[in-house]
Amino acid sequence: MQSFIQRHPAWSLLIALAAAVLLWLIFAPWSAGLEEMLGRKRVFLNAVFGGITLGALYFLVASGFTLIFGLMRNVNLAHGSLYLLGGYLGFEISERTGSWLLAFPVVFIVVGLLGIVLQNQVFRRMEGEELRQTMVTIGLSVVIADLLLWAWGGQSYTIYSPDWLSGPMSLPVISSVNDEGEIRYLRYPAVRMAILFAAIVIGIGMWLVLNKTRLGMLVRAGVDDREMLAASGVRIQYVFLAVFAFGAGLAGIAGIVGGTFQSLSPGEDTRFLLASLVVVIVGGMGSIPGAAIGALIIGLSEQLGLVYAPTYSVVFTFLIMAAVLAFRPQGLLGQG
Amino acid sequence: MKKALIASVSVGALLLPAAAMAQDDTVKLGILVALEGAFAEGGADGVRNVELAIQQAGGMAGGKKIETVVAPTDTTPDTTVRQARKLIEQDGVDIILGPLSGSEGIAMRDYAKTIPDKTVINGISGALETTWVDPAENFFRFNLDGAQWGAGLGTYVVKEKGWNRVATVAADYSFGYTNFLGFAVDFCRAGGEIVERFWVPLGSSDFGGVIAALPDDVDAIYLGVGGTDAINFLNQYNQAGAETNLIGGTIMADQTVLTSRGRAKDALIGTPTSGALAEDNPDPAWREYVAAYQEAFPEGERFPSPSLFGVGYYVAALAAIDALNEIDGDLSGGQAKFREALADDPLDTPLGPVSLNENRQATGTVFINEVQDDGQGGLKNVMVGKAENVNQTLGMTVEEFTAMGLPSRDTPDCAALASGG
Repeated sequence: MQSFIQRHPAWSLLIALAAAVLLWLIFAPWSAGLEEMLGRKRVFLNAVFGGITLGALYFLVASGFTLIFGLMRNVNLAHGSLYLLGGYLGFEISERTGSWLLAFPVVFIVVGLLGIVLQNQVFRRMEGEELRQTMVTIGLSVVIADLLLWAWGGQSYTIYSPDWLSGPMSLPVISSVNDEGEIRYLRYPAVRMAILFAAIVIGIGMWLVLNKTRLGMLVRAGVDDREMLAASGVRIQYVFLAVFAFGAGLAGIAGIVGGTFQSLSPGEDTRFLLASLVVVIVGGMGSIPGAAIGALIIGLSEQLGLVYAPTYSVVFTFLIMAAVLAFRPQGLLGQG
Repeated sequence: MKKALIASVSVGALLLPAAAMAQDDTVKLGILVALEGAFAEGGADGVRNVELAIQQAGGMAGGKKIETVVAPTDTTPDTTVRQARKLIEQDGVDIILGPLSGSEGIAMRDYAKTIPDKTVINGISGALETTWVDPAENFFRFNLDGAQWGAGLGTYVVKEKGWNRVATVAADYSFGYTNFLGFAVDFCRAGGEIVERFWVPLGSSDFGGVIAALPDDVDAIYLGVGGTDAINFLNQYNQAGAETNLIGGTIMADQTVLTSRGRAKDALIGTPTSGALAEDNPDPAWREYVAAYQEAFPEGERFPSPSLFGVGYYVAALAAIDALNEIDGDLSGGQAKFREALADDPLDTPLGPVSLNENRQATGTVFINEVQDDGQGGLKNVMVGKAENVNQTLGMTVEEFTAMGLPSRDTPDCAALASGG
């Protein structure tokens, strides 16, 4: 952080200014002139929070993807299928047991085990052959998509959030001040705030594990030079298995989250694969903070775009991706 | 000698399709239908229903035996035209029944102009432009278009429900505009006011921002989205704690939404929608037709009751058979008599009487349904009314309708309609 500020003082100032303006827009009550220009503050706030919570969902999917890529140089194009499978399983579990929370650990374990099987039985056999691995993952994604269609059919599924999370909650953010000077606070779906909170906790947890533990040290060493790591006597296959299982499990629970605030149907797998590809390209392949920033940028651009420029909202994501590829091909926080 | 023999045989072989066409005792129907892609199941139901209509006619029309050729499309306009050309040039069909979807319909209108001696009877495609902008002389449509399907609903919500102020959220593409236009014309003329319009791209999955932007002081919200988009909207609408009344476009409460799993769709209970058919229509003609459909095909090979696509193709086949009977199967003279017979008198269909206007576009009945709990954890559509004799210009004069402009984001202008009539 400090070295970044020293190296790029101008950019740092710009970023700090943009962040300050955004925070001011969120927390300060809007004057009449500003409302004239940007519409009601409630709409802006909802778009911003929608973008941030959508970013949280993208982060859950993309962080596993980027971790697997960073360590194994394996672009797992079946990642979207793991997402969709996790969502369907989550639906079944929460419908049968009535417990939304229970679905998370169960799905994490089941999809994580599937990830272990994939890594151990498929990818390990073609280690180092990146193109072949990529082709195999495409094939797997087609096969899994058809199996899911067979098992769950073509209709849409939505997962019902528990009662204590249904409906809106009040946030300590001023939505509007009416004529009598009475302050109204923003009301926002509780379940989305819970998901945002959980994503932040998971993100911080991942950062701590990667930077403060022995396992994290092994993973980071593997990202930098796995041959040297293997040569120094570490059983790198176990590290691979652990990372793949964790990444797959995250994709699985992201499926439950996606099923709760959007819906699950055939085709969602490729949509989320595409979203996580865009996120890691913007954020930088193999970087967890990069995935977080990329997810936030893509989520915000989608939501703000939908509200303020619905015609062009579809293009914004790809414009951002193209701009990043043109000016910083390794991604915002990528090394290289 | 041998060469001459071979030559004459091969010439004969080449002429064979033409000879088959000239045969007097059969009439060939080409069924142009989507059997791939999103509408594949609906398309298959279309084929079933043509078979049903022919079976009910005893396999004969106008004293001739009916033969059918199925030409599958994938709902893209270029495949459709290629398949239509195959039907005409290789299979030598006399009449084409189809196509199924909007953009295919527009492509077939243009293709029909290149085959003036043949006749095309639309399957179930519903784009307004097909029979409104530069229509083809030999293209007939016995189903209502997307704008007509929206008619009747506006009057219903104003008169029966007392909802006068609405905000609208609809999909930002051709069918979204067209279907919305039908609702809006009717609604505004009945005295309703559209406070704000939102257009969302097809395939949007997160509507949080739009839901927040919806004004508070409205009686209801019109939703012109369908499929997964509709389910996502309802889910997020619930989570945001919003509780305004809803009004649905034609595809808002169709089977894809009503059979979805999870509780998002429950927000739809009490929502009126309008469309081409009502499953519980008490009309005896409809009842008979449904019974015949259920009897003709075993349960695993059909829908519980005929789909929208099925009914469209059934009516098209019915129209062809009816006209052939009237003229005793005389297709000579570039099918001039056949076309006259198609256009002249109203046709009795399971959906009520249908007549054609000067553009060969149907005038018929729109059904108003309301979503209700079926008592078994599911939802069903219940018929609550119908609007009869809805014509292509939605009750306006041709000049008024033309002046209003083609469907788009800002058309129709609600205030102008309310003051004009």
